[in-house]
Amino acid sequence: MGIRTLVTLLIVALGVIAALATQEAYSLFLPGLLQGAVLTIEIAILGSLLAIVMGVLAALARMYGPAPLRWLATVYVEIFRGTSALVQLFWLFFVLPQFGVTLNAFLVAVLALGLNVGAYGSEVVRGAIQSVARGQWEACTALNMSRPQMLRRIILPQAFVAMIPPWGNLFIELLKSTALVSLITLSDLAFKAQQMNQNTFKTIPIFTLVLLMYLAMSLVVTIGMRLLERRASLGLARGKAA
Amino acid sequence: MIWDWAFAFEILPVLARAAIVSIEATLIGFALAASLGLVLAVVRIAVPWTGWTISVLVELIRSTPLLIQIFFLYFVFPKFGVVLDAFTAGVLAIGIHYAAYCSEVYRAGFDNIHRGQWEASIALNLSSWTTFRDIIIPQAIPPIVPALGNYLVALFKETPLLSAIAVMELMQTAKIIGSDTFRYTEPMTLVGLFFLAMSLVSAVLIRSLERLLNRRTMR
Repeated sequence: MGIRTLVTLLIVALGVIAALATQEAYSLFLPGLLQGAVLTIEIAILGSLLAIVMGVLAALARMYGPAPLRWLATVYVEIFRGTSALVQLFWLFFVLPQFGVTLNAFLVAVLALGLNVGAYGSEVVRGAIQSVARGQWEACTALNMSRPQMLRRIILPQAFVAMIPPWGNLFIELLKSTALVSLITLSDLAFKAQQMNQNTFKTIPIFTLVLLMYLAMSLVVTIGMRLLERRASLGLARGKAA
Repeated sequence: MIWDWAFAFEILPVLARAAIVSIEATLIGFALAASLGLVLAVVRIAVPWTGWTISVLVELIRSTPLLIQIFFLYFVFPKFGVVLDAFTAGVLAIGIHYAAYCSEVYRAGFDNIHRGQWEASIALNLSSWTTFRDIIIPQAIPPIVPALGNYLVALFKETPLLSAIAVMELMQTAKIIGSDTFRYTEPMTLVGLFFLAMSLVSAVLIRSLERLLNRRTMR
């Protein structure tokens, strides 16, 4: 979908939320849901940051690290891609305390989601680095650059552009996965919805609002990543023409 | 001792039975996703004015959490007098969610068909039903089988969400064992290992399937 359609969709979604908020059947639930949404956004942002760090580290370790580091990174990626996010969340929440490590639920949520998405992200980073044209690598070698120099100055800035769209998809996945944290007692948007639904049985108004709120958040991420991509590739095109 | 082998072997049969429920949910859910996704993708091409509606619908389904969709279907159907048991509601939600993803995969497959194939079908006066069944689908499906396979694995890894509406699948069973015995280490770890094993095996299968299909199309 084009960026204009996405913006239109976002405006429509926000408009519908605003219109529903004028009705008493809906406005009743809005404050509680917004409170939940704040926690959802916090977890999503912190999780995404952790995912970026883990993704880059794991990719670099797998590509250039010494053998033990490479194996460690491979095991990390395979474990977190091979099991489901909910299993990881429950494992950190229920099993880790039995080993004497008790983390609070918020930390578990950020850790589990960040590590999970980071594992997928490492493949994105790896693919993007490998997609940089071979001539660029050869030119770096010809210029006698060290490997860190080569990566930092030549390869990563170009790989960055190729990484933006897949990372956008991963951020959406992470945002959607935050709904899982409601199952480990955190009162995020999904938890509030569940709770209000059990108390009032007003399923349709509550879940309509919640779905629209998640939609609006996802659209903000998608639009933001599209703009970032446009900006980043603009610089690249200019560089090529010169 | 943190890990008790005797306990692990004791709960293994219980978990194995629950794993069958997870696999059932995966297969039914994926059958639903694959067929509904194909219908969405075909309708989008065959009936042009539905294009916009379908892409908004797909966007809507893909950008909201599956967990919320599961809750929604589970709690909303009774409001209209249709009472679905948890398994049906959950599998239906998973199927619809992944149908949205699958429809995009099919669309990519259709987009890759050379325009001449469509034009030749029109020139031969084939109906759109025959065009799809005999010309387009046989060419479009094989290249996208690996992509569909990846979604099958992704769908399988989402089945633990069904535990949120108390379907007795693997995760729910592990949780119940955990809360009954206060031992979470063995059941949770075994569930994790089961998913890991299944994912690794299916990754190998998909890769060899991909190779097989590549060889066939090369010829």
